[in-house]
Amino acid sequence: MSVDWQPVFLTIKLAGLTTLLLLILGTPLAWWLARSKAWYKQAVASVVALPLVLPPTVIGFYLLLLLGPNGPVGQLTESLGLGLLPFTFGGLLVASVFYSMPFVVQPLQNAFEAVGQRPLEVAATLRASPLDTFFSVVVPLARPGFLTAAVLGFAHTVGEFGVVLMIGGNIPGETRVLSVAIYDHVETLDYTQAHILSAGLIGFAFLVLLTLYYANGRLNRSNTL
Amino acid sequence: MNRHAADGIHVSVRTSLGQFKLDLDLQLPGRGVTAFFGHSGSGKTTALRCIAGLHRAEGHIRIGEQVWQDADHFVPVHQRALAYVFQEASLFAHMTAQQNIEYGYRRIPAAERKIEIDQAVDWLGIGQMLSRTPDKLSGGERQRVAIARALLTSPRILLMDEPLSALDHNSKREIMPYLEELHDALDIPVLYVTHSPDEVAHLADQLVLMEDGRVLANGPLAETMTRLDLPIRTEEDAGVVLDSIITERIEQWHLVRCEFTGGSMLARDPGLPIGHRIRLRVLARDISLALEPVTGTSIQNIMPATIEELGEDKHPALMLVRIRIGTSPLLVRLTRLSANSLQLEPGKTVWAQVKSVAIIE
Repeated sequence: MSVDWQPVFLTIKLAGLTTLLLLILGTPLAWWLARSKAWYKQAVASVVALPLVLPPTVIGFYLLLLLGPNGPVGQLTESLGLGLLPFTFGGLLVASVFYSMPFVVQPLQNAFEAVGQRPLEVAATLRASPLDTFFSVVVPLARPGFLTAAVLGFAHTVGEFGVVLMIGGNIPGETRVLSVAIYDHVETLDYTQAHILSAGLIGFAFLVLLTLYYANGRLNRSNTL
Repeated sequence: MNRHAADGIHVSVRTSLGQFKLDLDLQLPGRGVTAFFGHSGSGKTTALRCIAGLHRAEGHIRIGEQVWQDADHFVPVHQRALAYVFQEASLFAHMTAQQNIEYGYRRIPAAERKIEIDQAVDWLGIGQMLSRTPDKLSGGERQRVAIARALLTSPRILLMDEPLSALDHNSKREIMPYLEELHDALDIPVLYVTHSPDEVAHLADQLVLMEDGRVLANGPLAETMTRLDLPIRTEEDAGVVLDSIITERIEQWHLVRCEFTGGSMLARDPGLPIGHRIRLRVLARDISLALEPVTGTSIQNIMPATIEELGEDKHPALMLVRIRIGTSPLLVRLTRLSANSLQLEPGKTVWAQVKSVAIIE
């Protein structure tokens, strides 16, 4: 029995890169959401949370229009010589970043809010600049939040399907990720392959969540003062 | 500007927090402990936060020669040479006590460090607990680590916001000697927010009385405690604290003579060496006045004094009188009837009989 590993590796690559990008982009965004008193803060928070409630096809549809040859972003990428993003790995990556954003931003925001004002004030009175404070105090105290964000961002990207179909299609080695491969196997009545990949994903998801809950349980206990 | 003014602290700030308004204009001495005393809600903590820059208020703040805030400039908190001790110890939970105290120390250029780790560890007696994390320390131990951490930034000024109020009685007793030692060892000004008369009596040199966001009084401790126009005078334990030095030990009777500016009193021997600085607490209700030096009395501490001012007390049967022994002011509580029959009036010389005096430990 041979397993087609290509979708597995592609999925890991996509989820890994998406998580990395989201941690880089999502951290300042979550920090701003946690600290800002701006009147439009809730509007930004709502936009970030949209993928939680919208069908993935809606996001895929508009991203397709936006990134396509007639969309503003598509025209920009073409004029920059990058070509068009839809139906490429790059396009899939952009879509995944939008689609998984709330799963990274929200745990980070909660963790930053839980750190509270006091440790920041203490660090300031101990001559730490705001950036210094962020890395020496906030990040270590918000570690459970970072772990949750990374795991949820990764796992949720592994599980996406609708967005991939809309914007990525089904190109082996390029956009044919696990969820699409499973769909293919079922359509062609190849239940054995579908079982292998599906059962594997269930096992993976369970292990990921189990690890997360144990790790955060331990961290939370060690962080109580 | 003369040198003394340049050494001092000038704080002039206005701010509002919802309904609450704070409006201060204070000149404070450049050394010693200044206690901000008042009920909760009087604005003393907000005042301290404004001075630190943790709360952004309008106004001017000058510490010695350093201007921290004026109309055009606001020095951010982390660039102010201050140390701040919060009400709860607020140690960083992800660090050991050692890492906590090194946090600020490592952020100071080596050339500006005036206090070394060993010194601070020794002062606060925290050598045994350095490897522990905050959750393995008692409340009192955490606060001692927090004080060491603050001092290791070699600050220009130390701000303390009710550092003992979150502690139980035993932890308070455990920390007080360290604070008293710091009071003598530090040559930087300390601004100390408290609502405890006891802490004021132990530590303060200067007293700032606050009420409803305003300053009711600001002056040297004994002078402020004996003012007759302030609400603290009517408290049950109204009285005065005198800085004094043990000058003589009378072994036979287990007494010591304590000298203050303008006089001396006998007190129970606290077991401290001659030359040691102590504080004497004399309550208004423990002094009585006589027109002649009384003989045949059990009272040993009898001194000539001058009446300075007479004032109201809480109960109409009582009066408060400020007298002066040498240059030291004292407060006397007596009945209106006695004051009348002795014909007390400002400028009159009387004999003060001090029934009881306590050495503050």
